[in-house]
Amino acid sequence: MQVDPIHQFQIHDMVPMINMGGHQIAFTNSALFMMIIVFGVSALMIGASAPRAVVPGRLQSIAELSYEFVANTVRSSAGTEGMKFFPFVFTLFMFVLFANLIGLIPYSFTVTSQIIITAALALTVFLIVVGYGFWRNGLHFLNLFVPKGVPKAILPAVVIIEVLSFVSRPVSHSVRLFANMLAGHITLQVFAGFVIMLAGAGILGWFGAVLPFAMVVALTALELLVAFLQAYVFAILTCIYLNDAIHPGH
Amino acid sequence: MDPTAAKYIGAGIACIGMGGAGVGVGIIFGSYLSAALRNPSAAQGQFGNLIFGFAITEALGIFSLLIALLLLFGL
Repeated sequence: MQVDPIHQFQIHDMVPMINMGGHQIAFTNSALFMMIIVFGVSALMIGASAPRAVVPGRLQSIAELSYEFVANTVRSSAGTEGMKFFPFVFTLFMFVLFANLIGLIPYSFTVTSQIIITAALALTVFLIVVGYGFWRNGLHFLNLFVPKGVPKAILPAVVIIEVLSFVSRPVSHSVRLFANMLAGHITLQVFAGFVIMLAGAGILGWFGAVLPFAMVVALTALELLVAFLQAYVFAILTCIYLNDAIHPGH
Repeated sequence: MDPTAAKYIGAGIACIGMGGAGVGVGIIFGSYLSAALRNPSAAQGQFGNLIFGFAITEALGIFSLLIALLLLFGL
């Protein structure tokens, strides 16, 4: 039996398409899972912390821990002035984390494995950085591209490199998350395909199938780590980029 | 050469660049670990820098993966 590892990333309509003003509006599985994510995050953050117990229960502990965790990250990498962006960074972190974690459940859909979603998130961050940087610092924001203490002779080359690396930020920011999720899920699917292939080969194959099955379990554990790590990386890079907008001098 | 074959070969060659990123990420985590074992009390404060360095290094590997993906599906 052949398993197609790409099939899990296909977007399909949940309800028939509606034609609205020349655009096709469809409720896809991607949209469904994004709604599940938003509902899940809201349930955790609003529902679990509604009792406001002095001694928190389990769910309230999770909510408080994640709040403290992101707040510390923002404070340490973007300064106290960066705390005004805390709601934004926290929203991004929780959305990406829940998207990654929900995507690990078999037969579910990983929203962050779509480049269009991660690109939209990364472009939002990029535009906020550029917009806020110019709004707060004016043209001093361009000091970001002129590092101090560089010899005059190589300064033009350094400026070009700085501009290029600044412009390629949204690309790497979005593709990192997308590629990690895509590659992880394809690897899982390929090893799961080995299990099915071996198990279909008769009684001897059943014993052989134990090996790739153990591999799938181990890879799922690794993917759990990657899911958390990539959400953290996404959040901390957002903080560092925002820090550039707040303090543009190197 | 058949253009489709050239495309696949190019995608394969583009992925070699990820090896360099792998070396870089290994150096970053190795250096962090050796430094953290020398001075464990300072390790916690450098965790953010570790992740930042990791992300920046990994970005270069991701660019080569991007070229491979573009060759396979985009162009």
